[in-house]
Amino acid sequence: MAAPQPGQVENPEDPTAILAVRSVSKRFGVVQALEGVSLSIRPGEILALVGENGAGKSTLVRILEGVHQPDQGSLEVGGNTQAFRSPGDAHAHGIRVIHQEPDIIADLSIAENLFLGDFRRVGGVFLDRRDLARRTRKMLSAFGLENELWPWTRAGNLGPAQRQLMEIMRALRTGVRLLALDEPTSSLTEDEAQRLFGIVRQLRGDGVAILYITHRMREVMELADRVAVLRDGRLVAERATSAVTEGEIVQLMVGRPITELFDRRARNPGPVVLAVRGLTTRRVKDISLEIRAGEVVGLAGLVGAGRSELAEAIFGHERATAGTVAVAGRTIRLRSPADAIAAGIGFAPEDRKSQALLLLRSVKDNITLCVPDMISRFDFVDPVRERELAGGLVERLRIRTPGLDQLVAKLSGGNQQKVVLSRWLARRPKLLILDEPTRGIDVGAKAEIYRLIAQLAGEGMALLVISSEMPELLGLADRLLVMAAGRIAADLPRTEATEERILDLAMGENLTRGG
Amino acid sequence: MMDAGVESAVEASGSPRGRSAPVRAIQAIGTHNFSLLIALACLVVIFGMLRPDVFFLARNISNIGQAIAILGVLASAQTIVIVSGGLDISVGSVLGMSTVCIALAVPATGSTALAILFGIGVGAVMGAVNGLIITLGRVNAVIATLGTMAAFRGVAFIISNGQSIPIFDPNLRFIGDGQIAGVPVTIVVLLLVVVLFFVLMRYTITGRNIYAIGGNPVVARLAGLPIVSYQIGIYALSGASAGIAGMLLAARTGSGQPLSGSQGAELEAITAAVLGGCALTGGKGTIVGGMLGVLIIGVLNNGMILTSVPTFYQMVAKGVLLIAAVVIAEYQTRRYG
Repeated sequence: MAAPQPGQVENPEDPTAILAVRSVSKRFGVVQALEGVSLSIRPGEILALVGENGAGKSTLVRILEGVHQPDQGSLEVGGNTQAFRSPGDAHAHGIRVIHQEPDIIADLSIAENLFLGDFRRVGGVFLDRRDLARRTRKMLSAFGLENELWPWTRAGNLGPAQRQLMEIMRALRTGVRLLALDEPTSSLTEDEAQRLFGIVRQLRGDGVAILYITHRMREVMELADRVAVLRDGRLVAERATSAVTEGEIVQLMVGRPITELFDRRARNPGPVVLAVRGLTTRRVKDISLEIRAGEVVGLAGLVGAGRSELAEAIFGHERATAGTVAVAGRTIRLRSPADAIAAGIGFAPEDRKSQALLLLRSVKDNITLCVPDMISRFDFVDPVRERELAGGLVERLRIRTPGLDQLVAKLSGGNQQKVVLSRWLARRPKLLILDEPTRGIDVGAKAEIYRLIAQLAGEGMALLVISSEMPELLGLADRLLVMAAGRIAADLPRTEATEERILDLAMGENLTRGG
Repeated sequence: MMDAGVESAVEASGSPRGRSAPVRAIQAIGTHNFSLLIALACLVVIFGMLRPDVFFLARNISNIGQAIAILGVLASAQTIVIVSGGLDISVGSVLGMSTVCIALAVPATGSTALAILFGIGVGAVMGAVNGLIITLGRVNAVIATLGTMAAFRGVAFIISNGQSIPIFDPNLRFIGDGQIAGVPVTIVVLLLVVVLFFVLMRYTITGRNIYAIGGNPVVARLAGLPIVSYQIGIYALSGASAGIAGMLLAARTGSGQPLSGSQGAELEAITAAVLGGCALTGGKGTIVGGMLGVLIIGVLNNGMILTSVPTFYQMVAKGVLLIAAVVIAEYQTRRYG
């Protein structure tokens, strides 16, 4: 191998390691996904794995999990070299990965999911339900969940946090020595995340090795003992979290210092662009709000508070049972998103891959999806105008793609999100609704999206931004709406908003305090 | 996080740098279409060797062309339906209905053109009925068209009293047997339909929107596309195409037969589309691919007849081909994403 990278720590010749990765390299086509990565993890430690999208985190996890096999290098489990040919091999060695999308059987109960493959029988034939319930309750109480979950609850009815805990419990039941968590808090509320942290610490205490993959620096600092940073497939640093700052980690990830993330200049909002009066659907109740031209309004709240549902109602995707939506003073009839788009509303939904992108189509087709008139004559696509329009937006948003004909599925998360934004910029809507615009996106692309939002507001666009990341909302928004249980609980100017205050309002504590 | 295969494939493809000319040529044709061409070449070589005396005769090649004209029209329309995320298994019945309607309309109107228009129009209406059931009734496309497959066949029997109706019309016979500049008229009709559909899917906004709707209906709806009207239109188009196929059959057989199209026309059309690269989940597939699928089926059918494969075994072979096409497509999707 070449000379060690600056900042790289000792060769992990560590006899106590549960799992050691030795100079692992992996190529996909012309892309070197991992190059000479060595890393070891000891029992009873939490190792955070960070890096931008495309840095190789997922590839590394998939190698640990036996989905991919390394081109070069090897894995050692407890000092012995092992080749994992399938996830089954990895499981047999006590290595478990908890993915973002929980892997559970929705139609089975919690108990059945937990003990699938290990059912005991009565009389040699019948499932011993009493025994199953007893073992499940024992497991639940070890996590302090015995009052929250019932063994026979259908797993499909659980929330994302509960499903995740269920997966962790299932991993524990089958004897886990290394637990890898991939972005575990991405769909959790603050409270749920704290509970998860408690459980992760408890597992560390029991001697389980934890590999914690995340984008969130705060979680790295709060939870991890050590942090390993990947950049462009190489391990660029491996440090104790006590010996490093958030800023340094981010700098190691992107390879350059990130200066000011948010544009804090005061803006001068213009006339009212969006006026919602008494809007009610199945999930949101009696919503009234206004957004002005050149104003960025943040929508805060817990998962399930109805933020996305409100956005979908304003966009005509969810049918309203009462109330009106007016754009630039004109009430619009909302039968479908087509009506909202015609009125000048754009919407980048929460889940890029399932709601926004045509994964089998090219970058240019995705960008021009909502502006057929701009790129065609008598329904025939004009390739020159099409490339001009898409190319201009790719350049403006600095979308990293080998070309306009690249399949959008092959771009990284950040670039995919920029494609979604380009689609709407092509239409120049009066109001743009962004639901979790930076979820699962690396730090560099986040900064670019923040700049873009500020720039659009500067050009007079009204923006409604939904986010579960508090610092992001506080940094972006001129005004914050807090939702709780389907209603707007508060409307705060930026100067009066703090994380604590928002959280209180979101959890509805202002009501109990007699506010 | 993205899944690793996708994440690491960024910039892995699409870059022409460092690739040789043949590789670029294959990419231009499309790797899937290229493998279809190889399969077709293999079939031609095999049957050419087994029956060198007959296979390459102009008469036999013309026979293959005549035989695939009807299938080609059905398969290219089926390709559009599958790309849009649907499936139309009622096309065989609509075809039979169209032959009956034309046979009844020729003496009634005294005009070949009007009779043909009537046949195609009835097909379009039946297709629109499929579309309405699927969109407004929210019925799964397979079930909806399975139901209408039986119902339309029944209607064809009712209006024809279950009888074959002879057609005496020189214009229609010209469509069936005649030639334009040495090319059989049926082939000309096929080429017109294929070129029209190719342009629609490749060069128009409508075609792109069909790919969008089939690729992900939620995305299409959130992008403001009128999905319901598109779907009704697509099934109407499929019905009209079955009507055109019915015209070709009526012209060739000189009769309207309620039973025509009942011997696996929909099976062959779907097989051709899937062989051609259509994903049954929608959003993927091309007219060119579908036509290559048609050619493969046409050569296979012809070759099996020339080499005296018994009819029953031919049926088994066709069923196996459809399943094999889906298995291969599934394997490719898994391997290459």
